[in-house]
Parts: sequence; structure tokens; C-alpha cells
Amino acid sequence: MSHLELKNVSKSFGPVGVLHHVDIEVKDREFVVFVGPSGCGKSTLLRIIAGLEKATSGDVVLDGEVVNHLAAADRGLAMVFQSYALYPHMSVRQNLSFGLENTKTPRDKIEARVTEIARMLRIEELLERKPRQLSGGQRQRVAIGRAMVRRPGVFLLDEPLSNLDAELRVTMRAELAALHKRLDATMIYVTHDQTEAMTLADRIVVLRDGRVEQIGTPLELYNRPANRFVAGFIGAPHMNFLEGRFAGGEAGAARIELDGGHMLSLHIPARPKGEPITIGVRPHHIETQGGQARIPATVTLVEALGPETIIHAEAEGQPRIVAALAGQRGITSGDTVSLALDERFLHAFDADGRRVAEGEVAEEM
Amino acid sequence: MSGIATFLTRRRGGASWHFTDVLAWIWLVAGLLLMFGPVIWLGLSSFKTRAALSEFPPTLLPYETAMVHVEGFDEPLPLYRVMMEDGEEHLLVQVRRIGTVAQMADPEAPEEIIRVPLTARQPVREIKLATENYSTPFKRYNFLRYFYNSVFVTVVATIITLIFNSMAAFALSKYQFKGRTAVLAIILATLMVPLSVIIIPLFSVINGLNLFNSLWGVILPTVATPTGVFLLRQYMLTIPDELLEAARMDHASEWKIYWRIVLPLAMPAVAVLAIFSVMWRWNDFLWPLIVLSDQELYTLQVGLNSFQGELNVQWHYVLAMTVVSMLPVVVIFAFLQRFITSGIASTGIK
Amino acid sequence: MTVETRQGIGGGHFAGLLLAPVRWAMNLIDRPMSFVQRRFGLGGVAAAFLAPNMLVFGIFVLFPMTLNVAYSFTGGGALFLNNRVFVGTLQYETLLACRDFLDAASCREDRFWRAVGNTGFFVVVQVTALVLVSLATALVLNREMRARGFWRAVFFFPVLLSPVVVALIWKWILQRNGLLNAALLELGFEPVLWLVNRGWAMFWAIFLSIWAHLGFYTLILLAGLQAIPRDLYEAAEMDGAPRWRVLTRITLPLLWPNMVVVILLALIRAVQVFDEVFVLTGGGPGTATLFLVQYIYETGLAQQVRNLGLASAASILMAVVLIVLTLIQLLASAWRERKEQR
Ligand SMILES: Nc1ncnc2c1ncn2[C@@H]1O[C@H](COP(=O)(O)OP(=O)(O)OP(=O)(O)O)[C@@H](O)[C@H]1O
Ligand SMILES: [Mg+2]
Repeated sequence: MSHLELKNVSKSFGPVGVLHHVDIEVKDREFVVFVGPSGCGKSTLLRIIAGLEKATSGDVVLDGEVVNHLAAADRGLAMVFQSYALYPHMSVRQNLSFGLENTKTPRDKIEARVTEIARMLRIEELLERKPRQLSGGQRQRVAIGRAMVRRPGVFLLDEPLSNLDAELRVTMRAELAALHKRLDATMIYVTHDQTEAMTLADRIVVLRDGRVEQIGTPLELYNRPANRFVAGFIGAPHMNFLEGRFAGGEAGAARIELDGGHMLSLHIPARPKGEPITIGVRPHHIETQGGQARIPATVTLVEALGPETIIHAEAEGQPRIVAALAGQRGITSGDTVSLALDERFLHAFDADGRRVAEGEVAEEM
Repeated sequence: MSGIATFLTRRRGGASWHFTDVLAWIWLVAGLLLMFGPVIWLGLSSFKTRAALSEFPPTLLPYETAMVHVEGFDEPLPLYRVMMEDGEEHLLVQVRRIGTVAQMADPEAPEEIIRVPLTARQPVREIKLATENYSTPFKRYNFLRYFYNSVFVTVVATIITLIFNSMAAFALSKYQFKGRTAVLAIILATLMVPLSVIIIPLFSVINGLNLFNSLWGVILPTVATPTGVFLLRQYMLTIPDELLEAARMDHASEWKIYWRIVLPLAMPAVAVLAIFSVMWRWNDFLWPLIVLSDQELYTLQVGLNSFQGELNVQWHYVLAMTVVSMLPVVVIFAFLQRFITSGIASTGIK
Repeated sequence: MTVETRQGIGGGHFAGLLLAPVRWAMNLIDRPMSFVQRRFGLGGVAAAFLAPNMLVFGIFVLFPMTLNVAYSFTGGGALFLNNRVFVGTLQYETLLACRDFLDAASCREDRFWRAVGNTGFFVVVQVTALVLVSLATALVLNREMRARGFWRAVFFFPVLLSPVVVALIWKWILQRNGLLNAALLELGFEPVLWLVNRGWAMFWAIFLSIWAHLGFYTLILLAGLQAIPRDLYEAAEMDGAPRWRVLTRITLPLLWPNMVVVILLALIRAVQVFDEVFVLTGGGPGTATLFLVQYIYETGLAQQVRNLGLASAASILMAVVLIVLTLIQLLASAWRERKEQR
């Protein structure tokens, strides 16, 4: 059982507040990913959970017990550091067994455990090498192995893949997912890469400037981002934001006029005429053929990726719209296309960036 | 002719000699003579017998008049090359000398005494290494004791220095605690006060602790070197804190982190300090001179000084023992030259 | 990443065997340290790590430093402070009692003034010569040449020799029947009693200390020279600048921060001159090579009647000079570091 709860955790370094009232619950065997831009406090949060840093206020609760004052070693967690922090002067074997030696585990047991882990991670041949004789991916495995040897209830991983090249990152990502299934352990994983978050997580915690923006499953976040920040952060390529204002309509079918004069109708409660609103539309929900609302635009850049074609276009009042079109299209830079937004998948955000709810909110009114 | 001249003065790359090149070479060669010469002279002299040392002008190599055993004489006799009146040269031994005439004999037929004027003979000289210069001081005088004392002081002081300094450096580089800046400032301040300034009160402290005339009195005041603390702290600051945190997650105690993680990683700096410390302690003179009054406790440097200060200086022993006390340092230098010079260049300490 | 390139200590069975007792001892210390950690937290651990060094430091450095001041205000022959009589500034007055400060003979404590005079003369001449010779050597060693390591070693190795060894090497050469006199004789000059002549004794004291320490300063200057970017020289060459202009316009100005450090270090060392000269001349002939440290040592510890108070007062005066010099040196080092970062 490894159930973790953060209750109203805040942290400041001197006068600088880094985390503000963070509440998160991580269930047993869950894979939770903390995601957010650089400097938003992800590592700090993870280190508070680990016990390497003390929260300024709030509680860390492990299996129903407040562990604020427990030292890092006594919390039964394991951590994989961003730089791996492998002991450079010890062989891989010594790196793996160091933690067990410290808990006075018998020699033969250490031996057995190290061998088992090495086999699981396929690093058996590397056991006698020093970290500097390993490739990036191998180091990564050793770092994970070192966390695994003591069979912790919770794994904390701080951007473990960020030092790897793109290809290796994809492989290791798959391995990590498989490992999580196999180990049946709780994992808390920090990254600023939303693709990693989407592919690995059971649930994602989006952080910004030390605040939790949204918590939810990857698809919840993708389909119903709580605010403009989450909407822009999750999904690649990033969501397009088109500025506009309310232009009348009734509850549940608001009419919106985009800058540049195009009209849209959305299933959201209408607001006073003229109030600004931002429409979010993902590149994959834009087509150049068919559809309802059509916006003429000039193509400024074409990225032909093969299975899909990404175009950057400029429309009147909307300086940059990105569309991801399925298949290969005969479009070149400078062409004029007419963009059709799929109205079923439009998101609306008010002036404060909050989601303007559709459907159920409309019904309440 | 001019072709040869240009060939001789041609340099790599074909550039011609500049006068600064000449100056530079003069400087180097003069330096070689002046820096190495005296030491080589010391080495050569240390193998000369007492008699050879008192010769003036001195010879370069340790020559000695050849001695031969001749039947009928208990002592070996000196061998001479003698120019006889008939113009022939003979090898004769000198039996005794009376005034300007030497009584000499043929080693093959020693019964017959030949009188030879001193001017007609030249001693036969052969190279002989007076190794007894080295062995006698160890046997007859206290030098073995001095040597042992020096080794003891050097080894013990260095070990304690390394342990104490690295512990302090660890605390000062890896922990945040109240008063850290104050401790650093105090250590920095004492860099300014060399031992030579506090010998008087230190002497009374040593007496108060009953350490006068004891090797521990030599060792203890030297072990808390501020230089060492700074050198190690500077290096330890470059060891990432994440390693320590990883070890903490691995259930390592702070002491274990110090000696299993930080100390091995700081080895390059520790080694530099170790070399420095060995040289400092081996070469220390003033403080041992003050603390040690008993001959039995003298270190090599103090012993050597008192030996050379005697009224009738026994140079043959002094020179040999000088070589002995120089040897460890020379050996260290020969093996670790690069290490030492780069250590000094980067830290500016000596 | 610096960690991964750094080498740890090598393994090997032999090292393992050597390390076994160390490991045992370290595990032994682990217990009390872990207790401190549990009981007092990381602050306690930090204190425990600092304790041995600071204890020794306190007893043998800090405490004597304060004691020194106290001693300088006391008189009498007793060794321990509690048996000594307070005499106020008498010791300082004794030291400074001079009718004419330029004439040591007019002073009550004339040996002190002779030591001061000798030290002053030594400092000025030795530091000047030492810095110039080191600079020249560094410039020569900085040239493109084969076997540079060898040449550097030639000038450097005396740094490692003990002062006693240095003094004996030269004493042997300078003695009446020594190598130098033999050479003079060969060249047709009269032999000289080098260490019996007042002027020559001072000359050799200075010469010896330069010989012994030159390598150290050369090394620091050489490091400074090698830090000067190559392309500056190449640019100067493109401009057709003559060599002496390159030296005065590029090399020396860029080396200046290192020079300042070298000069101050040399000053600090020169004020404390003792070991080599003491073994070479014993301060003689007469007081010709009597320097401050020897005066302090003899007055306080080596004479029949120890005068600890007077020696302390003298050492306080010397400490003031040293502290001023060191402060300037620290400022200069900081200045150099700042300059290097730019
Ligand atoms: N020891 C510290 N002292 C002061 N400020 C700190 C300290 N550690 C972190 N910070 C600040 O806290 C903020 C959050 O840092 P944190 O390392 O948690 O960011 P992060 O989200 O992990 O970023 P990244 O993705 O770049 O790793 C940053 O602004 C950082 O400057
Ligand atoms: Mg981080």
C-alpha cells in the first residue's frame, strides 16, 4: 500500500514563494506525472515528497501518516535524479548495492537482489563498469535500478529522460511504462514534456508558477482543459487561440465574431454583446476542405511530414493559425486556402483564461 | 662558410635567430648550472672521503689515492707513480716520508727501500665512493633516530591533517548552518598569522599541555592548516549535492556520505594536500627546533643543523646526511612533478 | 557534467587490503556520528565534523594569537601568564627607545633595530630581485621550446628542498676551501671568506633565498602567461608589432594582476625570513644577517634569560606588518579573480 497525499503544501525560499497551497492525492499503484514549464516548482515538489526539502507549511501524508519530520531515508521512497547522480567512483554493482549495505542487508541477499534487478533492466554485462563508461541510456537504467533495489512503495522520478536523445527517449518511455506495470508500484514522474506526460500517466498534474492548474487523466486534460494555460500546454502541435468577442445569440448557442470578421456559433452560454472571448482550436480540428465556418488564409509555411501536413497560415485579424492536415496535400507556401474549424471541438476561454463551460452549464441557466 | 653559418643558426620554421633567442638560451643554460650544479656538487662531494674533502682545489669526482697490501706491512700502503732517474716510470708504494724524501718500495719486492724526492712522484688515484659517509652516521650517531622521528612526524601529521581538514571542509562546503560564514572568516583571518608570529605564546601553550620535548608537540600545532581546509572546501563545492541526496535516499548516514562519497570524489584535492603536507612537515625547521630539546627526539632537519653547527664540522657526514634528508622530497618530485606544479599553479600555495 | 569525468580511487586487491583497517575505523566512528545525527540533526552533524579541526585550531592558533597580545604587556622570567607581572606598554617602549631611529646603536634594544634594519634591507632587495628573476624565467619558459617540462623542473625543484638542505648545499660551496674559491683561484683571483665578510654574508643570504624560492613565483607567473590568449599574440604579429612592444603592450599589462599577487606573497615571505639564513650564517658575522624572526626566537626562547615579553611585543609589531600585507594580498586576489571572470 502506498498512498500519498499532499495537503495544502507551500514552500518558499526566503521571501520567494515557489509553491502555493498544493493539494494532490496519489493513489496506490498510480502513475502520476507532474508537468509544467521550467521553473514552475516540479522538482521542489518532488523533493518535498522525498524529504530532501522541508515544506514551509502543509503536510505530506504517506499511507495515512504525516511524515513531515521523517528523514528522506525513512520514508520508504526511492528517487531517480535528473542527472542520475550515480556515484562516479563506484562500479554499477556497488551503485546498486550501496543502499542495501546501508540497511545492513546480508551479503547473499544483496547479491541476489542486484542480479535480479540487473537482469530485469538488462544491465548484467555492465555490473563491473564505472558510470562514466556507460552510455546515456545505460546510466539511466542503472539509476532506475538503484531506485528499485530496495523495493520502495513509491518511485519519484525527476525528468529521468531529459538527458537522452529523442529516439532513446521514446524507447525508454516504453520501457518505463512496462516497468510500472511489472513493479506494481506507485510512480510520481516529473517532466516538462507533455508527450511524455500524455503517454505515461494515469493522471497528470499540471503546475504553473507553483500552483496546480488542473489534475486529470490525459484525455480529460486534452478534451476539457480547465484553462487556457492547460489547453496550450497539452497537445502537440499547440492549440490555436483565436481572439474574438460575443456577438449575440441565445443560451447554448452563442454567436461569436472573430477578429477579422468571421462568425462562429458555439454551445456555450451567451454573454453580453462585445465581451471578449478566446476560441481554442487544435490544429487537428482544422480542415481545408468541407466544414462550416470558413476562413480564407494565406499559407506562410508548410511542413510536409508524410502522414500529415502541418501548415502555418495567416488570416485577417488572426496572425498565426496552425493546421495539421491528414495525408499529403499539394499546398505550398503563398497559397490561399480556406480554413474550416470543426465546431464540435472548439474550446472557449474568457478574458481571465478560464474555460467557458458548454452543455451542462447552459442547461442550468 | 656562410652556408655553414646559416645552417647552424637556422631554426625550426626557417626563421632566423633573434637576439632574444640567444638571451633565452643563455638564461636557461646559466639556470641549469646554477640550480642543478650545487646539488650535483653536493651529491659528488658526499661520496668523498674526509681526506679528499679537505683537498684544495677540490677534484670533481671522489678520487682516492690507491692503497695496496704489501707483504710485511700490516696497514695498506699508498701507491705512487714515480719518475725514476733513468727516465722510466714505476709503480711504488710509500713506506714512510721523511722531510722532502719518501722511502718507497716496489710492491713485488718490498724489502728494498728506494729513496725518492717528493717532487718526482704522483699518487695513483682511483675513483672510490666513500659509502661509509652514509653508513657511519646511522651506526655511530643518532641519525637513524632522527630519520625515524622525521618519518613519524611527517606521516602522523599528514594523516591527521587530511582527516581533520577534510572533515572541516566537508562541513563548510555541504551544510548550511548558523555561523558558517563566521567560521570561514576566522579561518581566513588566521591565514594572515603565520607560525613565526606566535612562537612565543605557542611555546607556553605547548609547555602547559606537557608537550614540550615531545614529537606530539611538533605535530599538533601544524595539523589544522587553514590552507588545507580552503583547498579541500573549494574542491568539494564542485561535487554536486545531488550525489549526497541520492546517498541520503540510499539510507547512508552523514558520516558514511563523508567517507564513502565525498572523500573518494575529493581524492585529487586530498592528494595535492597530502603531497604538500608531507613536504611541509618533512622540511619543518623552526618549530621542531623550539619544541625538541632532547637529542633523541630531533628530526632530521634539526639534527642536521646541530651536527653542522659543531665546532669541528665533519663535512663528510654532514654532506651525506644532507643527501639523505633531501632524498624523499626528490623522489616525490620525480614521480609527481606534474601534479605538484599544476597544484601550485592552480592554488597558489606552497 | 563534471561528476562523470572525475576519477575515483582505483580498486585492486592491494588497495582493498590496505583499506580494510580504514574501513573498520570509519565504521567505528559511524556509530557516535549517527547518534549525533539522530539526536541533533544536520546542524549537530556539521558541528561534529568541524569540531576536531576547530579544537586544534583554537588551542594552537587562535588561543596563542590572543595570548601573544597579553604576553606583550607583561614582564619577568616566568613562562606561564598567571605568574607574570603586568608592565603595561613597557616592552613596546623598550623596543622603541631610540635617540635616533636611523642609528641602531643609539637604541636601548639595538639588536632589535639591527634586525629591523636588516630585514627591511633584505625585503626590499630580495623581493625586487626575486620578482625580476622570476619574471625573466617565466618569460623564457613561456617560449616555444622542446622539453619545457624539464626546464621548468630545473628552476622549480629547489622549492621542495628544506631550508636546512638549501643552506648546507651553499655553505659547502661557500666555505673557505669550497668550490667557489677554487673557481676564483683558477681565474686568478684571491679567495674570499664569503660568510665572514658582512657585506658578502648579506649578499649570500639574499642569493640563497632567491635560489630557493624562485621556482615557486616563476610557476605562478608562468600560469598567468599561459592564460593570455594566443590570438592576442597572433593579432599583434599581423599588425607587425616588434617583440619588445608585444612584451610591454600585451604581455606585461595582462600579467600585471599575477605580478601583484607574486609581489605581495614575496613580501610576506621575505618579512619572515629565517630558516635558510639562520643555518647558513647564524645571523652573523656579528649582527650582519640577524633578521626579525631570529631576534624573536633568540630573545624569547633561545637565550639564557628568556625575555618572553619583549619577544612577544616584537612579534606583535611584525604581525601588524604581515596582516596589512596579507589584507592587501587578499584584496588583490579577489581583484584578480574578478578580472579573470570578465
Ligand atoms: N535552493 C533554492 N534556493 C532558492 N530558490 C530555489 C532553490 N531551489 C529552487 N529554487 C527556485 O524555485 C523555483 C522552482 O524550482 P524547481 O527546481 O522546482 O523548478 P522545476 O519545475 O523543477 O524546473 P525544471 O523543469 O527547470 O527542472 C525556481 O524558480 C528556482 O529558482
Ligand atoms: Mg527540475
